[in-house]
Amino acid sequence: MHKGYVLPLAMICCSVLFPALICGAAPEVALNQKQSSYELMSAENKAMQDDPSLNPAMFWVVEGESLWQTKSGSKNITCASCHGDAKKSMRGVATQFPKIIRGNLQTLEGQINQCRTARQGASALAYENKELLALTAYVATQSKGMPIAVKETPSNQAQLKKGRQWFNERMGQLNLSCAQCHEDRAGLKLGGSPIPQGHPNAYPIYRLEWQTLGSVQRRLRNCMSGVRAEQFEYGSPEMAQLELFLMWRAQGMPLEAPGVRP
Amino acid sequence: MSKTSRTQVTVPATAKKGSIIEIRAIVQHDMESGFRYTESGKLIPRDIIRIFTCTYNDVEVFKADFYPGIGANPLIIFTTIATESGTLEFKWLGDDSYEAVHQARITVS
Amino acid sequence: MQRRAWMQQLQKLTLFTLGAWLTPSIVFAKKEDADGAIQKITGGTKIQEGRVTLTIPPLVENGNLVVLKVSVDSPMTANDYVKVIHVIAEGNPLPNIFSAYLTPRSGTANITTRVRLADSQRVWAIAQMSNGSFWQGSAETLVTLSACTEVV
Repeated sequence: MHKGYVLPLAMICCSVLFPALICGAAPEVALNQKQSSYELMSAENKAMQDDPSLNPAMFWVVEGESLWQTKSGSKNITCASCHGDAKKSMRGVATQFPKIIRGNLQTLEGQINQCRTARQGASALAYENKELLALTAYVATQSKGMPIAVKETPSNQAQLKKGRQWFNERMGQLNLSCAQCHEDRAGLKLGGSPIPQGHPNAYPIYRLEWQTLGSVQRRLRNCMSGVRAEQFEYGSPEMAQLELFLMWRAQGMPLEAPGVRP
Repeated sequence: MSKTSRTQVTVPATAKKGSIIEIRAIVQHDMESGFRYTESGKLIPRDIIRIFTCTYNDVEVFKADFYPGIGANPLIIFTTIATESGTLEFKWLGDDSYEAVHQARITVS
Repeated sequence: MQRRAWMQQLQKLTLFTLGAWLTPSIVFAKKEDADGAIQKITGGTKIQEGRVTLTIPPLVENGNLVVLKVSVDSPMTANDYVKVIHVIAEGNPLPNIFSAYLTPRSGTANITTRVRLADSQRVWAIAQMSNGSFWQGSAETLVTLSACTEVV
């Protein structure tokens, strides 16, 4: 009953705002080769990511390195007091998140907060908080170049399934699913920009659009606002599930953190 | 107490006398242009770095005026001649008493 | 009386249009603000074409951070060097982007920075030489916007 006009309306909206989807719609593109959105960037932006003397994200990494050694919370201890040298202890860690820890699906930011509250007696930091971004960037970059290692396990199976559902479910006033752009139409143009496959293999990123560093959840919220959907809340179970699915989908891709994106 | 932020300068530690060296200087700063609005429609006031200088053993060898059109976390790449060993000092001055200083030593032979 | 005034207006308009066609500086028509900014720099001195190369990507994915390079052909000696390089953007709310002050110790007149471009536009680089002459170069770019931006 309700669906009768929603689909044609969405089609009209799509054809007006995203003509490529209707006029240039191609049959399903097989993802036999995973492609990082790095490949779609200009030479200048690639250089910005690759060269630490040009990458603005390095400021957050340096800040994170400093915070790692800063006493925090009621217990007045540093990250280093438990984890020692991050170059050793955090190596490979970011490639494994999100993961199930003590029965809960935890993102990297969530785990950092878990450490802060439970071990340091410090307050949890909100997503996109400068310090949380710095710590995330510092931890993530310790896995730079390493393949994403999120696999399906008996413990994360149910959450992964939910994440896959979110990815394939139509949402928003434009009634589009992630898959419709990032699976079916990856490589085609959307308003002058090529559509990426949408892998989270470079986070946290310095997004030129934001003029600052941000998390994958911030980017996913941008995607949702793009299809005029109600955005998942930062730190929500839905977000973690979607992140889990996206990392699973990006298995094997080298981590580029901290990345630069337009 | 003026406000400040992190800086990063890339300059060779050693150089041949008379050679031209490349210097890359980047500073963490939002460079609020003064043309943006908050969600409620209020204009966000301009807050940018205005001047960048480079002195070489206390002699100014380069200066740049920045305007709101310079991107956030401003980068500048320029050259100078390696004349003698000593200290290169980089200074950024901006709105709201912003000041950042970075020093680098160079050995010229 | 009215007709005469109208004829005079038409004459003025025709003369202006003819003059505009004949004056080379109008061929590279600049936006008014950019023009004003450049006037302030040169104080009316004629600007010569050449020696200045401005490089920006022809297609920009996001106008918030665009790599911009200026290169001025100059021996950079004590007697002949580039004193100042000014960069002016025609399509920005404020045309002045930066001014770089060089010396004979600079070695080269090559500057790279990252700028904000509000829209697709032409950007100018004006070099002031030690002998007081002005030279200019420009580049045009198309500024697109990345997909799925933030809701403000």
